[in-house]
Amino acid sequence: MSAARAELADLAGREYAYGFSTDLDTDFAPRGLSEDVIRLISAKKGEPDWLLDWRLGAYRHWCTLAEPTWQNVTHPPIDYDDIIYYAAPKKNAALSSMDEVDPEVRAMFDKLGISLAEQERLSGVAVDAVVDSVSVATTFQARLAEAGVIFCSFSQAVRDHPDLVRAYLGSVVPYRDNFFAALNSAVFTDGSFCYVPEGVVCPMELSTYFRINAAGTGQFERTLIVAERGARVSYLEGCTAPMRDEHQLHAAVVELVALDDATIKYSTVQNWYPGDAEGNGGVYNFVTKRGRAAGARSKISWTQVETGSAITWKYPGVVLQGDGSVGEFYSVAVSAGHQQADTGTKMIHIGKDTKSTIVSKAISTGHGQNTYRGLVKMLRSATGARNHTRCDSLLIGPDCGAHTFPYVEVKHPTCQVEHEATTSKVSDDQLFYARQRGIPEEEATSMIVNGFCREVFRELPMEFAVEAQRLLSVSLEGAVG
Amino acid sequence: MLLIDDLHVSIGDSEILSGVSLEVPDGEIHAVMGPNGSGKSTLAHVLAGRDPYEVTAGRVLYEGVDLLAMVPEERAAAGVFLGFQHPVEIPGVPTMYFLRTALNAQRRARGQEELGPVEFLALVDAKRRLVEMERALLDRAVNDGFSGGERKRNEILQMLILEPRLAVLDETDSGLDIDALRVVAAGVTTLRSPDRSALVITHHQRLLDHLVPDRVHVLAGGRIVRSGGPDLAAELEAHGYATLGGPAVESLTVSTGTVSTGTAR
Repeated sequence: MSAARAELADLAGREYAYGFSTDLDTDFAPRGLSEDVIRLISAKKGEPDWLLDWRLGAYRHWCTLAEPTWQNVTHPPIDYDDIIYYAAPKKNAALSSMDEVDPEVRAMFDKLGISLAEQERLSGVAVDAVVDSVSVATTFQARLAEAGVIFCSFSQAVRDHPDLVRAYLGSVVPYRDNFFAALNSAVFTDGSFCYVPEGVVCPMELSTYFRINAAGTGQFERTLIVAERGARVSYLEGCTAPMRDEHQLHAAVVELVALDDATIKYSTVQNWYPGDAEGNGGVYNFVTKRGRAAGARSKISWTQVETGSAITWKYPGVVLQGDGSVGEFYSVAVSAGHQQADTGTKMIHIGKDTKSTIVSKAISTGHGQNTYRGLVKMLRSATGARNHTRCDSLLIGPDCGAHTFPYVEVKHPTCQVEHEATTSKVSDDQLFYARQRGIPEEEATSMIVNGFCREVFRELPMEFAVEAQRLLSVSLEGAVG
Repeated sequence: MLLIDDLHVSIGDSEILSGVSLEVPDGEIHAVMGPNGSGKSTLAHVLAGRDPYEVTAGRVLYEGVDLLAMVPEERAAAGVFLGFQHPVEIPGVPTMYFLRTALNAQRRARGQEELGPVEFLALVDAKRRLVEMERALLDRAVNDGFSGGERKRNEILQMLILEPRLAVLDETDSGLDIDALRVVAAGVTTLRSPDRSALVITHHQRLLDHLVPDRVHVLAGGRIVRSGGPDLAAELEAHGYATLGGPAVESLTVSTGTVSTGTAR
């Protein structure tokens, strides 16, 4: 065994660059969960009765559920009464301009490399910044409004566009969907809302930047994106959290609705704190994401780069309801150190001639465990439906693991399903070949792993593809001697 | 250029090279021939720094410096190139990108300025014509789906771009048709100059029809059993390696020891 190989397991030197916390004056709800806490959250946000009733319905349903155990991850039991369900930076009265954002919040985002000042923004990306439980700033709202696009925090959408929210909230992920969706529906505090009207192509990339800051809190945001007939929108979310010894729970829900001929592209670069080298701390990322390709020829595409979190457990899926609708899932999931990932997708084919593509790239190193779990379901109505799944696992070092659980259910004989899967190692042969040409070992490893992920990275918007490659390199730092 | 002195190499418990001595002076091309399993590939890999071979005795000096103390990428930057017998695939990494990264890593290590994309493209276009490679092939991932011949041409192309001072070609000719063989030979000949050397490892004499070496060494049983001029290759082709087997090998070895260390110029 080479010296380099022996050092593969040593990930202790890895640095998490976003691990700082910011001292913000924060408003908390009492620890624990009860109807009173939910009423408090709802009251703090000045919500209408229908929303409070919906939350309470979700909570009562949640009380009847047990935490699921089928996923291929292990963690100590979560004490749901020891979590703070609402935390908000205090200086967050309604803002009329970016200048009113708390300077400390601005400084925090500057440190993260996300400037909230519009004039300093990367050209053409609107940002909704969510700290702990609330949205603190949304940029470019005015310019988007000119195009007719609504992009704002979820709370603002409840205030300003209650009919739209009410029409679509829970329409893709009902609170009865699963344990964490029910929990989120009961206590969600903020998130992003986007509505693109008929025939409008959103003039810029939209993004939400999520930041868990306060200790002992969970983050429960909801994102809802609706694209009317012929509308197009591309949306990206990024996430980081401070380094803390305790585990923090992140249980988000994302719902996408695409009507006839609409396209929604949803990209995630997830870099929550993964925990330290011994596996202490880190975020539990238990998220429900689903899109409904409701209209004919609509298209929903998920791209995710999952490099962070102690545990990642999510299956962004598409319900292919409209005839000729298209669902895509491109994923890179990295599990280094003691990280665990159980992720994949669900493609539910209902409409005729629907088509789905799944490309999953799982990278395991250190003691990381990576599971691909995917469901391709084609109902009797889905005549002529097609799916192509490609599922590749890459192992670096001897102590990591990769697992694949593909489920396929096909109810009509005209459907076609293809599944390809490979498991490979960054082989000594590949490394030696690159090094013999003069490429240093770490750069060579990074190059080989990036090559492995190339099909997915090219789906990301340009500036985020660069970010994703950089993150991947950081995740793999110390993975080789 | 290269001095190999009493090199012993093991993998696990078995010794593969049992005292190889060889000198390649500046500007010369030497061929190493020998039957399968004689240790030819091991010699090539040890020179390039491949794990998990263990050098148990002896030394290798490259331009007077201890080559064995350097990691593979340092050897590459110092000008040692290995043409692989089985070039590996690196999916998703375009050949052009790989080549440019390699060249610039070497230039960086030598304190030279990196080559920009435009200059690099011009360099590649000039060189790829010498090995008769289509541009489209270079946009594909490294060796991914390449035929055997394409892989070997790609090795030679890389050699021409990296311009090593010492090229070690490990059976680069194996499995090639006559056209590809000609390309490989032309590649080595192109690089020939008073300050460059090559060690061409081959099982067959075929390549040596196109590429006349200054000296030919025969490796058998982990030692150089004979060294001679270009005629030696033809002799081997006519009589085979079998004549080197048996007791004769021992006596040859003794004499070779003096030949290979005694021919230093």
